[in-house]
Amino acid sequence: MKKLLSNKTTRTNTITYLVVTIAFLVMQILSSLGMLGSATKGYLVPLCAYIVMAVSLNLLVGVCGELSLGHAGFMGIGAFTGIVVAAVLKNVIAGDVLRLIIAMFAGGIMAGCFGFLIGIPALRLRGDYLAIVTLAFGEILKNVIGNLYIGLDSEGLQVAFSAGSVELLEGGKMLLDGPVGATGIEKISSFPMGFVLILFTLFVVLNLINSKEGRAIKAVRDNRIAAESVGINVTAFRMKAFVVSAFLAGMAGVLFGLNISSLQASKFNFNTSINILVFVVLGGMGNILGSVISATVLYILPEAMRGLDDLRMILYAVVLIIVMLCTWSPGVKNFMDRIRTSIRAKLRKNGKEAVNNE
Amino acid sequence: MKKFFALMMAAMMVVAMFAGCGNAEADAGTIKIGMTGPLTGGAAVYGTAVEAGMKIAVEEINAAAGEDGLKIEFKSQDDEHDAEKALNAYNTLKDWGMQFFAGAVTTAPCLSIAPSAVEDQIFMMTPSGSSEKIANSGSNIFQMCFTDPNQGANAAVLVSEKNLGTNIGIIYDSSDDYSKGLMQGFKDKAAELGLNIVCETSFTNANSSDLSTQVTQCKDEGCDFVFLPFYATEAAQVLTYANKIGYEPTFFGCDGMDGVLTSDGFNTDLAEGLILMTPFNPDAPETQDFVAKYQAMMNDVVPNQFAADGYDVIYAIYDACVATGIDGATPAADACAKLEEYFATYSFDGLTGTGMTWDASGMISKIPAAVIIENGKYVAF
Repeated sequence: MKKLLSNKTTRTNTITYLVVTIAFLVMQILSSLGMLGSATKGYLVPLCAYIVMAVSLNLLVGVCGELSLGHAGFMGIGAFTGIVVAAVLKNVIAGDVLRLIIAMFAGGIMAGCFGFLIGIPALRLRGDYLAIVTLAFGEILKNVIGNLYIGLDSEGLQVAFSAGSVELLEGGKMLLDGPVGATGIEKISSFPMGFVLILFTLFVVLNLINSKEGRAIKAVRDNRIAAESVGINVTAFRMKAFVVSAFLAGMAGVLFGLNISSLQASKFNFNTSINILVFVVLGGMGNILGSVISATVLYILPEAMRGLDDLRMILYAVVLIIVMLCTWSPGVKNFMDRIRTSIRAKLRKNGKEAVNNE
Repeated sequence: MKKFFALMMAAMMVVAMFAGCGNAEADAGTIKIGMTGPLTGGAAVYGTAVEAGMKIAVEEINAAAGEDGLKIEFKSQDDEHDAEKALNAYNTLKDWGMQFFAGAVTTAPCLSIAPSAVEDQIFMMTPSGSSEKIANSGSNIFQMCFTDPNQGANAAVLVSEKNLGTNIGIIYDSSDDYSKGLMQGFKDKAAELGLNIVCETSFTNANSSDLSTQVTQCKDEGCDFVFLPFYATEAAQVLTYANKIGYEPTFFGCDGMDGVLTSDGFNTDLAEGLILMTPFNPDAPETQDFVAKYQAMMNDVVPNQFAADGYDVIYAIYDACVATGIDGATPAADACAKLEEYFATYSFDGLTGTGMTWDASGMISKIPAAVIIENGKYVAF
């Protein structure tokens, strides 16, 4: 254990896995003891999805250094693909867990493919320009899904861009009904599956960061010209990060979509993308555990403040500003550091006195 | 290792945030009614109207109940017109001990909550969610407003009875479920009644800023009656453009058009003679008491049908509880079963109609009311 913890990255990674696992176990135990309210139980699965979203975006924003404002679009693609796949497989595969896993991979692959297609033009750009292009793509994806009609009947799937073109046989069902979205979705997501998805995401992202590819990606972030000069294919590595990030976002989307009975494409708009970006920025760029914790706290916060009624959203904004100041403002940071050192010095002094007294 | 402990502390704090919910104790003298609606954000105008209407009803009931009568404890939660937030809001209300759910206001949140309400067996009555799918979610889900196809069909009946036009035109929003539902209901009923639809044209929310093509099309086809199943903003445009080209058929709207007289930058003279299907008329003598209370609460804003629907939902639930002997100590599922049975034969009189009844699926049936705008006021038609 000592040896394992001596390496700094290994130690941080172990802590990350541990924190997530312990939090999961505690919630499971509380839940089995009946100590959780229905509101809390309701948060758990969406929270898992948002954590995965935050971690996957952190790979892009923190590790790769590319600002993306269209991450919710990938989540949306994953969600609706997952909903369709889960519905199609309903009579083929009996187990909900297996069906969810297949749907997750299908959603992830679909989002990854779109990530690749979007990456081709987008990754030729940098910085603000890339941010704007991803923003535009996110909106396009949202609008396309919002005009997509998918129906399922005994003859198979029907896909169209106008409501009238989908003519279903008796017993057929509209899976996706344009702007009305998907309704009557069968809820097959569960908190344990959400936890497994978080572990999978952490495994993928942490291993990627600490691999040869990860170092190359970080090199591109830190100094593009220097990285190019040592023979790193800049676009290829950025693309890798982009596709992996989209893939994970798609999986999170499936988890999210199969946990809610009515879902509209408008959910995956610019606001959702920004929300996830806030999780990442607040948790610390490139800090994976930070993303997990900040996504948790910031998702629960507005819900926990429901008792405050009208003041809720204002207070949420104030909390955001304060947290930002405390973590990122140099002045406040110095101040906090000074307090910390003085406390530490005092503790050390007390400790020494205690030793002397013995 | 210190860092590890710090992180553990953080994790513990998060857990502490999760916990700390508890059920309030039930008091037999007060029933608990919860409501969710968009109280902030783009759709807040509907949510706050319903909330205010409900609060007025609750205040009236509690004042009239006196010492020993059955009282209401009312709690509203913001759903931001978002399916996910709506479910969180509903769960919060459930933890609070809600017995009856008087929401949600908009359709998407209703559809997201309905399966949970069916599972929990909590009686749900939406004041204004008008999609057919809501009532069809389960036997304990009821609606206070017409479903879209029913309202469209009622409009067609009215047109036929009052002989409002011989050549009928329809303009609708093909990207909007509400508009499409009304159009379909109207068209089906019109075909049945032998009405002559000569022109059917549509727009989407992407090109709703200019509706001149659609109006011109109706004019060219010689329509003397145009059915406009959409909201006030678009209606204001249609009326403005029709006036510009000197086209004067009978324009006919549905409840979404309520509020056309307060549209920004709209010359209300143009709305003269417009006929609306709306269950609530703020200019009618029998609603004046409610209008005065609403204006006192909401800074002189004239209440719309959403407020009246909210008011009626509270009274419908309360009256049914009194009639069936439900009190604050009745578990939600028992109350739900009793009300479900009671609503099958229930006839309720409220602000939005008299003699309202509900069918087995929870859809309402009441006499459809229409108003015509004369001198800037609603007059019963």
